[in-house]
Formats: sequence, structure tokens, C-alpha cells
Amino acid sequence: MQKIIKGPAYVLGDNIDTDQIIPAEHLVYSLSDPEESKKYGRFAFSGVPPAKAGLPDGGIPFIEGDDYRSKYNIIIGGSNFGCGSSREHAPFALKMAGVQVVVAESYARIFYRNSVDGGFIIPLESVGKINDRIKTGDLVQIDLANQTLTRLSDGQQFSLKHPGDVLPIIEAGGLFAYARKSGMIG
Amino acid sequence: MAMTITEKILAKAAGKKEVSPGQNLWLNVDVLMTHDVCGPPTFQIWKREFGEKARIWDKNKLVIFPDHYIFTSDVHANRNVNILRKFAKDYQLPNYYDVGSERYKGVCHIALAEEGFNLPGTVLIGTDSHTCTAGAFGLFATGVGNTDAAFILGTGKIWEKVPESMKFIFEGSVPQYLTAKDLILQILGDITTDGATYRAMEFDGEAVRSLNIDERMTLTNMAVEAGGMNGIIAADEVTRTYLAERTSKPFEEFQSDPDANYHSVYEYDVGKIEPLVAKPHSPDNRDTVRNVRGAKLTKCYIGSCTGGKFTDFKNAAMILKGKEVRVPTFIIPASPSVAKRLQTETIDGKTIEEILADAGCTIAPPSCAACLGGPADTVGRSVDHDVVISTTNRNFPGRMGSKKAEVYLASPLTVAASAVTGVITDPREFL
Repeated sequence: MQKIIKGPAYVLGDNIDTDQIIPAEHLVYSLSDPEESKKYGRFAFSGVPPAKAGLPDGGIPFIEGDDYRSKYNIIIGGSNFGCGSSREHAPFALKMAGVQVVVAESYARIFYRNSVDGGFIIPLESVGKINDRIKTGDLVQIDLANQTLTRLSDGQQFSLKHPGDVLPIIEAGGLFAYARKSGMIG
Repeated sequence: MAMTITEKILAKAAGKKEVSPGQNLWLNVDVLMTHDVCGPPTFQIWKREFGEKARIWDKNKLVIFPDHYIFTSDVHANRNVNILRKFAKDYQLPNYYDVGSERYKGVCHIALAEEGFNLPGTVLIGTDSHTCTAGAFGLFATGVGNTDAAFILGTGKIWEKVPESMKFIFEGSVPQYLTAKDLILQILGDITTDGATYRAMEFDGEAVRSLNIDERMTLTNMAVEAGGMNGIIAADEVTRTYLAERTSKPFEEFQSDPDANYHSVYEYDVGKIEPLVAKPHSPDNRDTVRNVRGAKLTKCYIGSCTGGKFTDFKNAAMILKGKEVRVPTFIIPASPSVAKRLQTETIDGKTIEEILADAGCTIAPPSCAACLGGPADTVGRSVDHDVVISTTNRNFPGRMGSKKAEVYLASPLTVAASAVTGVITDPREFL
């Protein structure tokens, strides 16, 4: 697992539900077909109302035009990130768009599980709220071993929480890899 | 050691004498349920990970219901149903309920109940967040994604962290103008959409005991709207009677110990609760119907796993009897069995279906329909700046289709009363 992840941040508010991450009408595409699955990247965060897309100012598209990759690889969210449906298409869509890490104040359970068990993205919790202190486009660096997020423009550091018991699954890259490593499955 | 009902069921499923909150367990799964949106990617992950040797751990425990996007011309959606069909045929699955056949059962969570899969004391996992509905039968039920489901498909196991439990006690006798929807909206307003994250929500009290299975499922269905891992109501005579008509499988009932530990306990007197709504755009944005009455509507919607059960339509019919709706009103029964009962059960000599049709409602075939928007040709889907009042469970931006639409969540009584006037209306005006 990559220990240092750096890139521009895309900032969102509280209660970003799975319909905002990937609207239900798009759940029909194949997740395994290499071409068709790019559509998940294309429509990632397309359900976020424009005024709340890319805080603090809003109006910043996560995906530009018909592209399926975003220039933002780090998402900063508030509380209850990923609430709503159980669709694993949500963390998958973020992965397809090039997201590596989401840092949020808290997560809804199923989104968190899906992110970790599917090995799509790394969901980290901030200590307290930070989505009002980072701006969309800020260059940030995440140190996974030391659980910190640093804003590179001024060196301001924010603490992240240790992932606890799920760390071995994150490090293995997902539930199946973990179960193989630990001898649960062949 | 004193344990809650959720802890006791998890201990049994993990083969342990006792468990406590925070502990990570591998559970043996009794039922795995999936549908047309998440089934195909689940099967794909299962094949990819287990390869040539992929075996379904127990065919009798796998239950598949196409229900989400089934009455549509969307080619991708139809392809998903074809994948389910082929998978069921290839592996000769006994519990596949194909759309377009006599076996079709409608919305998965209601179909699970009607087909007798919800057995007290068991662990039921589904690829849908509202899988928590089944907890109304005194079992542990929760939703997962495709990877977890694929893992279960091959091994019969899932890891879970034992949740802390929250207890919600409703005392008193439920007034005619209230339904279980009002009770759960009360809780959501109190604890918000992440107030129960990673926790069990246990419902009890005289008022809960007086609810039939339909109403109990409305409570447990929306546990996930508070972030809950599961919602649960211990089995009693109501549960046993419902099950006796549907299954002969044995089951074990569990009860919370009187001295079990809870994260928190909430007590309510139902006589003091009035009809409630969740205003746009969150299920915890609670207000009284009285405070928002008069808000102009463009659509009314009665349907889904939480609001499309027989009792929901019976409640709506009590108000719509002999009246006409002023705005387009959609009736989507959760299952063919519910639809059939609407054709046979009567109020004052008229069937419920006749009452709803005579009032000018549009009655559509059973499915998830516009509860989650769906493909563009989905019946009842919100468009543009629609203002909708709905018995469904979510009103996040865009949930019912249009991102610009405003959705109010309310009980079937409140939706029916509002349909008659065209503006949000307190059902007490008609009762």
C-alpha cells in the first residue's frame, strides 16, 4: 500500500449520500467491462447540486466535460459521508474517477465497508471537522503511517484517526486479498 | 452476562456464548438476498475471486428478486435481469423469482417476508441498504455491498463488528391518525441521519407490540436512515401468527435481558406525537404536518418497501374513499400479493383498488419504481421542479429522479389527505 498520497483536494459538505455520488439511473452499466465501466467515473458526484459541488464556493465540476477521470484524487467530506443505499457502485465510481483517498469526519457503515472490502479507495476519518478548513484545489499530502493530512501551501497539519481493526484489510487491498493472506480461503 | 437481542443473535451466529459491542466476529449467514442492481456485479466478483472452483455455499440460502429496474426499455437494465435469469438457470437456484413469470414477487424486502424467509433468531444479509426491514421479525438483518455478498456466496460468512444498541420505547395506544411512519420520523428528527451509525436500533413498548407486521416493517426499514446497522423488534404472537401462514421452518426466538446495556434509551408517549413529515432534502428534516400545511404539491406517491404494503394502501383508502385527488397520485404496491389483496379486501362494499382508482389514482405494477428515481421511463419519477409527498424512505437531492425536485416524506394517511387537497394536509382533517 502506498504510504504517502498527494494531490489536489475536492471538498464536499455533510451527508453526501450515494445518490449524489452516483445517481441511481447510472447503476445499470457493467462494472467489469473496461470501456463501459468508465461511465461510472464519468458520472461520479454528478448528483451533487452545483452550488455544493467543490466547496467553499461551489460550482466546480468534479469531472470536466466527457472525461471519466477527475483531476482531484483526494476528497474531503463532512459527517455521514456515503449515507443512503448499499450500492458498491459508489466507491467504485470514485475509484474509476481516479480518487485514492476520502477523508471525512464520519462515514455511513455500508459505504465504509464497501470502500475497504472492495479495496476501491481508502476511507479515513479526520479528527473533527476539516471540510470547512480546506478549499477545493488545495494541494494536500496524506501520510497513512502517521495519520496526518498536510496542506502543502502553508504546512498546516490535520490529524486523522487510526483505522483500527480494519487496517489489515486496507493494507491487503480488500477483503478477498485479506482472506487469502490469512488462510481463510484458498 | 446480560445481552441485548442483537448481541444474542450475533453470538449464536458466531458460535460464541457471549459477545460485547466493539468485538469483531465472523458470522454464519442464514440467508443472502440480492436483486437486479447488485446481483450481476456480485456474481461477477464471485467468479473472478473463486475462479473455476467457484461454488455457491448453499443454494437454498440464496434468494434473488428482480425488483428495481424491471418495467423499462432501458437496455442495460434489461441486461441485468437477463444476467440474473441465466445465473439462476446455470446454477439451478431454487429461490429465484423471475419477473414476467407467476413466480414474480415484487420488492425484495416485502417478498422476503411474504415468502417466509424472515425467521426469528437468524442472520439475513442483503445487497440493499433496506435489508434492515427484516429485523421486524426478531432477526439480525443488514445491508452490504457486492464484495461482501460475493464473499458470502462463496463462504457463507461475513465479518461484523458487534454494534452498541439503542432502545426506542413507544408507550400508549396508537391514535387513528398516526402510523409507524410518523413514529420513525419522530426518531429521525431526534437523532438525525447519523444518530445510530454502526448501532442496533431496538424497538419496543406497548405501541410497537400493537403494530401488525406491515407497520413493524416500516419502523425497521428506516433504521438505515439513521445510519443504523440493523433495526430489530423481538418476535411475539403477531410474528408467530404471520409466520405460521407462510413457513413451517423452525426458528429460535431471542429477547433482550432486562439488565442489558444500551448506548441510549428513548421513551415516547404516542399520544403526544402528531402527524409528521420529513421536509426536503433529508429524512431527519422533521416537522409537523401542521407547520407545513398548505405547501403546494405536483405529485403524490404511495409505494416502496416502506410505504407500499397492504396496510399503507388500506390507510390511504380510508381517506380517499368517495373523494377525488387533485394532483397526479401514484399507487405502486410492493408485491403482487399486496396488489391482489387490494382487489379482494373491501371497505364499505368497495375493494380498495376500486376506491383508489375511483379517486383518480394511477395504479402501477409492483416494483421499486420511482422510490429511487430509476430509468427515465419509470412510473411516477419526479421531473423538473416537482414537489412530491411520498410514503418512501429517502428524500435526498435527486432520489426520486429530478435533482431540482422537492420531496416530503410522510405517512400514507398524510399523503392521501394531501392528494385530496393538492396541498400538504393534516390527515386529522379527514378522520
